[in-house]
Amino acid sequence: MSMLAVPTEQRSEKSRVICEGDVVVVYERHDRMKAVTVAKNGELQNRFGVFPHNEWMGKEFGCQVKGRNGAGFVYLLAPTPELWTLALPHRTQILYIADISFVVSFLELRPGSVVLESGTGSGSLTHSLARAVAPTGHVHTFDFHEQRANAAREDFARNGVSGVVTVKVRDIQGEGFPEELAGCVDGVFLDLPQPWLAIPSVVRSLRPDGLVCSFSPCIEQVQRTCEVLSKHQFADIRTFEVLLRSYEVRHENLSTSFECSEQTFSKEATKSPPHKRQRGEVDEKGGPESEGHAEDPNGGSKTAAGSIVKQSRPVIARPYPETKGHTGYLTFARQATCM
Amino acid sequence: MRSSNCITLGRCKTLRRIMGSEKEAEKVETKNLPNNGTMITPGCAVLLDINNGDKMTFAHLNKNASVKIGNTKCWLDALVGHPFGSVFEVQSGAKGGSFVRVSPSGADLRDGLGEKDDGEEAPGDEVKGKDNRSLIDNNTAQTLSAEDISKMRTEGVSGRAIMEALVANSATFHTKTAFSQEKYLRKKQKKYAPRVVVRRPSARSVCEAYFAKDPNKTGHLRMDMLSLILSLANVGGYAEVLVLDMLGGLLTASVAERLGGYGFVCSTYHTSKPQTIDMVRLFNFDASTSSRVVRAPASQLIAARTAASKFSTDSALQETDGEDCIPIILNEAKAVSTSPIVDLEDTPRLESEHTAKRRAQSRSDDFEPGKSIKPGRLASEEDMKRWGREGFTSLIVGAPFLDPWTVVKKLLPLLASSAPFVIYHPYLQPLAECMNKLQSERIAVALQLQEPWLREYQVLPSRTHPNMQMSSTGGWALSGIYISKT
Repeated sequence: MSMLAVPTEQRSEKSRVICEGDVVVVYERHDRMKAVTVAKNGELQNRFGVFPHNEWMGKEFGCQVKGRNGAGFVYLLAPTPELWTLALPHRTQILYIADISFVVSFLELRPGSVVLESGTGSGSLTHSLARAVAPTGHVHTFDFHEQRANAAREDFARNGVSGVVTVKVRDIQGEGFPEELAGCVDGVFLDLPQPWLAIPSVVRSLRPDGLVCSFSPCIEQVQRTCEVLSKHQFADIRTFEVLLRSYEVRHENLSTSFECSEQTFSKEATKSPPHKRQRGEVDEKGGPESEGHAEDPNGGSKTAAGSIVKQSRPVIARPYPETKGHTGYLTFARQATCM
Repeated sequence: MRSSNCITLGRCKTLRRIMGSEKEAEKVETKNLPNNGTMITPGCAVLLDINNGDKMTFAHLNKNASVKIGNTKCWLDALVGHPFGSVFEVQSGAKGGSFVRVSPSGADLRDGLGEKDDGEEAPGDEVKGKDNRSLIDNNTAQTLSAEDISKMRTEGVSGRAIMEALVANSATFHTKTAFSQEKYLRKKQKKYAPRVVVRRPSARSVCEAYFAKDPNKTGHLRMDMLSLILSLANVGGYAEVLVLDMLGGLLTASVAERLGGYGFVCSTYHTSKPQTIDMVRLFNFDASTSSRVVRAPASQLIAARTAASKFSTDSALQETDGEDCIPIILNEAKAVSTSPIVDLEDTPRLESEHTAKRRAQSRSDDFEPGKSIKPGRLASEEDMKRWGREGFTSLIVGAPFLDPWTVVKKLLPLLASSAPFVIYHPYLQPLAECMNKLQSERIAVALQLQEPWLREYQVLPSRTHPNMQMSSTGGWALSGIYISKT
């Protein structure tokens, strides 16, 4: 089972079930997942118990499996670039879905596109680039760090995206992109400390009307990159910042009585519901925080207020109190079309 | 009127929808599909970005198509043969406007206009010397009168020449700072020599154009939200995506673009008549991509799914073919590639008619390779059967006027287990309630309710700051992974 979809005629009953060698994303809860390669006689151990891989084989993706000592269960999910981004081993800072999705769209990637990436880093973006250009396009990704490149190459093989991804060790700031790709590249993504140094090479690589994106955390980097881009006649130079705000959803009892009474404001209303970990139950977390939000599937019926209150407590939502404030600036530019 | 081939997304203009009504135009359009999509070809759809986003207009480059820029009617024929991304300046003459291709960079804005500060790269230095202290706003700085200018225009004097005259007759132009000189020129250029960038219609450009000019048409779907949706729904080659698209076809088209001719996007509908997905026609899809855009009524998809799951539970006991279990199955079902075309307008209204029509289609063998394929034909028997058996690989819902839970309850079981889904809504509350329902029903994991935030920056030497105006919401997306209970 590859992370990339396969054509209908190549799909069989077998491709819908978990087989030896497949990567499954073991899902405990929203902020706790692990990518595991299914191996004969393999075992996974976590706080929910021991999970022998042999018991997973033949089961459908998305199934729930119980730990051997009965402490709880996990879900076995089919891998996607999004889940991979949440589960991957961090070798570097990685890009997350808000930036990734925006980059893929703004580079106008589609099956058949040829895209260059530097650096490879932990390969978070690379998987999404691969999905966008597959089955006929290609991602050429470069990192100057050999060990990192090798680890990424292993990940790509394991996730079944190697067919559309080539990893090379190369210092793009110093050497530029390989000349053999010149003029036929649809999109370039730069995540480099000094992206402006790579721009002349980007100009040679891109086809007319091709797009480049540079990701930089600091505005000074953006400033210099934009100056160099306009010096090289790039059009539509645009810089964005994109973030995501996650919401917590819960039931909340808002009193409609304003009469003076003995009743003190119940703390039950604002307290998170009791955790139900004793059964090994997995709470479905709606966001990165494990505290302070009510996602008790029973709608808070376990609180002292009881089930009568449950009916009258409306569902409300608000953003989680803390979130990412900045990841980086995304600068896009279009290669000029010659007259 | 030929000019009615354009859809104009102007601030005060109503969107004129014509593409569907001009049969003749469509023929031209589909016969001359661009090969690699990078060149402007006769009949193709283009997005005209006039004066840096002031106005955005979609047009099909049919014979004698024209567009009105300012008060000037401009013939679009001149655009053909140039690559997408080309920049044109409108030169107004006595017989209307004409497009003249110019260098794409804005560097030649000052050509022949006043002194150019060559060598002085940092405008910051210049700011020190000049400011607005002596500026008197009494409307006497320009000695050319409005009559003089309109006379020049009727005489066919080029926009650039008018700009030169304006600068020469301005008493204050040379006292302005470099920044305000540039601003002045930009303003005059917009009026007298409008610039038009011919953009290739893509998910990105179509979404941005509608969001800026006619957001009601696309349910206020912002570009970053669309990007997020396509990622969260795991859209890529060979995906089989179920879409409930009540955003004019933008979702369907964006998915089709990402499929690139591999896999399927099935645009479903719950009404007796399918909702419009006309925006698909703005994308210049080739035949292979168009053939991957299909439609199917939700009730039939649900019936096929129910029948298939019934079959799979029965099959352990008896070895039947299973086809009899699915009422919509027809023996003469053809392979996808040989299914003839269904006109969007002719889509039957009733399900029984659907089936009858499909049978008729399957019998006829008038399909020739190379013949134009219109997106949005009815899903074939074979596809319906496969989706019933295997489920879709993901679901995207964009239905601003439907309650999300009502939709999701019906459509989620059409997914394969472990398939991701995304529900877009321009309001938060309905999604919050839907999320709550999904949690208590335990049919999804990795539930997330998210709102994207997008800020664009002006990046200029010594003048970098966020744009003064920004969109304050991109709507909300509820996403998760479907877990079938079986």
